[in-house]
Amino acid sequence: MAFGPFLLLALMEGLVAASVLALTASGLSLVFGVMRVVNVAHGAFFMLGAVAAWFVTQWVPGPAAVGFVAALVLAPVVVAGIAAIADRLVLKRLGYDPEATIVATIGLLYILEQAALGLYGPDARPVAAPFDWRIQLPWFGYSGYKLFVVAAAAAVLGALWLVMTRSRAGLVMRATQVDRQTAQAFGIDVDRVYAGVFALGAGLAAVAAVLVVPIQQAHYLMGGDPLLMSFIVVIIGGLGSLRGTLAAALIIGLSDGVISMFFTPTLAKILATLAVAMVLVFRPQGLFGARP
Amino acid sequence: MKSLALHLSVLAVLCALQFVLPSYHVTNVARIMVLAVFAMGYNIAFGYTGLLSLGHALFFAAGIYGAGLPVHLLEWTSGPAFLTGLVAGGVAAALVGLLALRTAGVSFMIVTLMFAQAGYLSILYFGRWTGGDEGFPMGAVGRQVLGYDLSGETPRYLTALGLFAVALVVNLVLVRSKLGRVMVAMRENEDRARMLGYDPFRVKLAALAISGLYAGAAGAGYAMLFGYVGATFGGIQYSILPMLYVLVGGAGTVLGPLIGAAGMFYLIEAASEVTEAYLMLVGVILIVGVVFAPKGLLGALRKVWPWLP
Amino acid sequence: MAAMILRAQGLTRHFGGLRAVDGVDFDLQQGEIHALIGPNGAGKTTLVGLLAGRIVPQAGSIRLADRDITALPAHRRVQAGIAYTFQITSVFPRLSVFDNVALAVANLRDVPAALERVGLRALADQEAATLSYGHQRLLELAMGLALRPKVLILDEPTQGLAAGEIAGFMALVRGLVPETSVLLIEHNMDVVMGLADRITVLNFGTVLARGSPAEIRADATVQAAYLGTGNAAA
Repeated sequence: MAFGPFLLLALMEGLVAASVLALTASGLSLVFGVMRVVNVAHGAFFMLGAVAAWFVTQWVPGPAAVGFVAALVLAPVVVAGIAAIADRLVLKRLGYDPEATIVATIGLLYILEQAALGLYGPDARPVAAPFDWRIQLPWFGYSGYKLFVVAAAAAVLGALWLVMTRSRAGLVMRATQVDRQTAQAFGIDVDRVYAGVFALGAGLAAVAAVLVVPIQQAHYLMGGDPLLMSFIVVIIGGLGSLRGTLAAALIIGLSDGVISMFFTPTLAKILATLAVAMVLVFRPQGLFGARP
Repeated sequence: MKSLALHLSVLAVLCALQFVLPSYHVTNVARIMVLAVFAMGYNIAFGYTGLLSLGHALFFAAGIYGAGLPVHLLEWTSGPAFLTGLVAGGVAAALVGLLALRTAGVSFMIVTLMFAQAGYLSILYFGRWTGGDEGFPMGAVGRQVLGYDLSGETPRYLTALGLFAVALVVNLVLVRSKLGRVMVAMRENEDRARMLGYDPFRVKLAALAISGLYAGAAGAGYAMLFGYVGATFGGIQYSILPMLYVLVGGAGTVLGPLIGAAGMFYLIEAASEVTEAYLMLVGVILIVGVVFAPKGLLGALRKVWPWLP
Repeated sequence: MAAMILRAQGLTRHFGGLRAVDGVDFDLQQGEIHALIGPNGAGKTTLVGLLAGRIVPQAGSIRLADRDITALPAHRRVQAGIAYTFQITSVFPRLSVFDNVALAVANLRDVPAALERVGLRALADQEAATLSYGHQRLLELAMGLALRPKVLILDEPTQGLAAGEIAGFMALVRGLVPETSVLLIEHNMDVVMGLADRITVLNFGTVLARGSPAEIRADATVQAAYLGTGNAAA
């Protein structure tokens, strides 16, 4: 394939990756923005979404599309529920202390991964895509489903933005983010908001995982990469800024896709991790965040 | 004096163990002692100075490859190889510290984690020289100490014990020194310490560098004693293990890391015989530890016996 | 005229729209006790924060004796001879009284004497967090003194102390000069009038008046802003 079309292919792959990444990272960004804690188990929630999707599609009879839609609805709900429980049982007890939360979520990560290992097994298993549609471009064919993923991610993110800016729930979340104590003084049950936000963050990761699982297989260790990439996106974009997260996801997803195709994925990751460290050291507010 | 007696008796017990335990366990205890050195170093940064780093695997790997590569590629002997590993760990820590210490708290954790990840990925990327994921065995020329081959059970145990003993003594001296007390002051109240004339950046950098030297020594020792150099030692689990040992055994105590290392090692051993999912135990312990006993076993004991260093 | 141990010119520090300290000149004479008073929010703590190096000025300069220390970070200023005690007591709560002061002295042998000076020798082994408020304040003071500073800055040192403790404190401070020069922020007018050689009054980030206690007490603008006309002082 000539360079031009190859680049186009790389960009399209990057766009798909960026969409999934944006969705996953928005969950992490929300949790950090409102609760001011870092959830190291975020990748595990992603993985649980994929694993749950596999279970759902196994049990729901009929054409693949039906199972997929069911998974798209059920998996995030289940994962969100698990997250809410984890928040109540553990994070609340720690008083959301940032450093203790990191240690606890590392523990949570191990527990969730090993639980998946026990229930789902060590193999990687595919989930059928809901439809089998190929777009024919002049230089190559491309999976229509992947384009659907981009559209779906955009739709969910759009809905998220609407909820955050237009709904009362979003207002409550933003108020708690800006000033927790004042929110409490106004009668907002901060603990419930936190449980809800934590659950929502996990749910967003799960949705991203359900979308991506027909492209990638479900495996109990699949959460590591999304975790690292979400981290990178959230920090470079600016902690607590959803807009920054989206912008960074686009930049990083696209460049990761391009570098991965032209060089190696490992090099892309090395550059990305170093970029995060440098941003945190020299420009801690990221691209769009407020100066801490 | 009580504490000195305690530490000496621990060393004596460790020395005696090699004659008492069966062969399999002698090797385990040797491994535990080397890992305890690693954890002691982590403790200096975390327990005493309050620096929660998630990047110590980088310093451990620096020690392993710092000792392993010269032996593998240049046929160096054990002495220079060990020194190289030791120094590599310290230098890596100092360099990371110069950048990472400009941040604090959660940012510090993430920056150290990122540097460690970049290091691990680089080991894989430059696989042609490092052996990548597979790694390489440690050449016999680098495993001779005072004429004894370290693959033999007794020389290995005694060398591990020697390394541990030196690390222990240095740790005790450090804890009682002015630097040690200032490190604790930084953890307890950085603002106050600064207004007493101490430079927070320099103190923390020193703590991190010393911590790196420990990690480098442990890494070099591990390569020489157990004969294998591989990328897994730079992976994230080797950043979490020392933290786990320290949390369980007691952050901010000198013997805590040893107790944590021994405890966790055998706990994981026992668990992996029961189930493939033994890491779940690690997860549970991390959570239980940080919720109920952030000071670890020895920390809780210290409330009863305050003279524990 | 006595030598000036600390001299600041044109110090300015804004926080967003708030002009906390606006073009303030200030000098401390060698061996004097100088009080800084003014209503809440006048900029007193910000001013001493600038002098101690805890806050970076946006304009202005500071000299310690004949040395320009404007660019010097806080810990270096401490090494140069400026000591600061916090408005809200800041000690090492989980360390013993002895260990607290041990961090301030140059030599461990000086700790007992440093404790003796404030009368805390008997409590040397007690954990700092378990001390009474008044004793914690004394510990804070002991640490400041143990540094053997040229300039000691006390930020509302008598706040929360009982009457007897205040009298003891005043005697202690009087004994510090002339080797040490003292700058103190105070709201307690009895303490100010009883200790100060000179008083500077701050209001809205600028110097309202400066002079001897008698001059300040008689100053009409100061009365209007702070001391009260005819009624009891704050």
